[in-house]
Amino acid sequence: MEHFISLFVRSIFVDNMIFAFFLGMCSYLAVSKSVKTAIGLGIAVTFVQVITLPVNYLLQTKVLGPDAIIEGVDLSFLAFILFIAVIAGIVQLVEMIVERFSPTLYASLGIFLPLIAVNCAIMGGSLFMQQRINMDASNSQAILNFWDSVAFALGSGFGWALAIILFAAVREKMEYSIVPKPLRGLGIAFITVGLMALAFMCFSGIKM
Amino acid sequence: MAELFSKKNKEALNTPLLKNNPVTVQVLGICSALAVTSKLEPAIVMGLSVTIIVSMANVIISLIRNTIPNRIRIIIQLVVVAALVTMVSEVLKAFAYDVSVQLSVYIGLIITNCILMGRLEAFAMQNGPWASFLDGIGNGVGYAAILVIVAIVRELFGSGALLGIQVIPQALYDAGYINNGLMLMAPMAFFLIACIIWVQRAKDKSLQE
Repeated sequence: MEHFISLFVRSIFVDNMIFAFFLGMCSYLAVSKSVKTAIGLGIAVTFVQVITLPVNYLLQTKVLGPDAIIEGVDLSFLAFILFIAVIAGIVQLVEMIVERFSPTLYASLGIFLPLIAVNCAIMGGSLFMQQRINMDASNSQAILNFWDSVAFALGSGFGWALAIILFAAVREKMEYSIVPKPLRGLGIAFITVGLMALAFMCFSGIKM
Repeated sequence: MAELFSKKNKEALNTPLLKNNPVTVQVLGICSALAVTSKLEPAIVMGLSVTIIVSMANVIISLIRNTIPNRIRIIIQLVVVAALVTMVSEVLKAFAYDVSVQLSVYIGLIITNCILMGRLEAFAMQNGPWASFLDGIGNGVGYAAILVIVAIVRELFGSGALLGIQVIPQALYDAGYINNGLMLMAPMAFFLIACIIWVQRAKDKSLQE
């Protein structure tokens, strides 16, 4: 249980998907012009992350890993294709289920769901999970069982959502400030993210 | 031969280098551009891998573009890209193991690199294989150029070396010079890209927002 909580907190603050690993930057920069849409995309990413990452965990341990299906066969080179297929498939499925059962949620999330299939944070989460399975149990990043993968998915999703909501709030205020012409838009956005990343670096001292 | 390098094809090759650079103008593929640039060697390998994968994927998708059903085109594009990335990743593991360890998950993340999907959607679905190939090379090289610039600055000032070879002389360290450790951290990558965008937009007014 202790490992579960420390993995969760760590993946929100210390190993933040945006500020430490730069994952999901494309949609992060494109969809952060207002807080409302940022919240929508943040929830959608967390949602998809929590579903796909544990599924990919099971796929990796039960099918792809060394000696998983056949003794002495390591299929992990197939991971890229299978992970992306699982992600694309689940995104499609989630879209259909949400559309069928909750039209209001679909109206607010719907436009973001297709974007998420190619969001690096989702694919990156699965690839990090694949790396961390083999880590030593004493390492606080290690993913040792199914519930750890859920904790990592929740944490990295929340971390991403937190980052985009904070950034959108800053960007909304920045509309009113005077910025040198060549820096307007993209340039100042990068500098803002850099400053936020500096701020998040102070979490890296936390020992858990 | 004249037809192979017609004006339109030349444009496909040239514009992504500067005027329509994938990283600084189209804002595609930022994730890996930031993550692998703390040293020069992985940045070069990454730039090269992306160039190869974009141009190959562009050619393949452009060849089969008329047979792909519109509804499932994204999944087909993803599978083609994922197959190419798997090949590149296996080649790197076999022949450049150290670099592939440094690049860790970011090689796999080429699959979700927006440059790939962006170019396949915007160019390869409408154009022939040769033009698509040139467009892929142009965008790959444009991407690699930004990576290399950022990586040179970060490695030179962060660890005083280039490609792992010490460049800044020992005498300078003896005189009190210290490496800027912040250069190797994540935030500096953001600031450097912002500086490149700043310089580019100051020179080319049409890009300003």
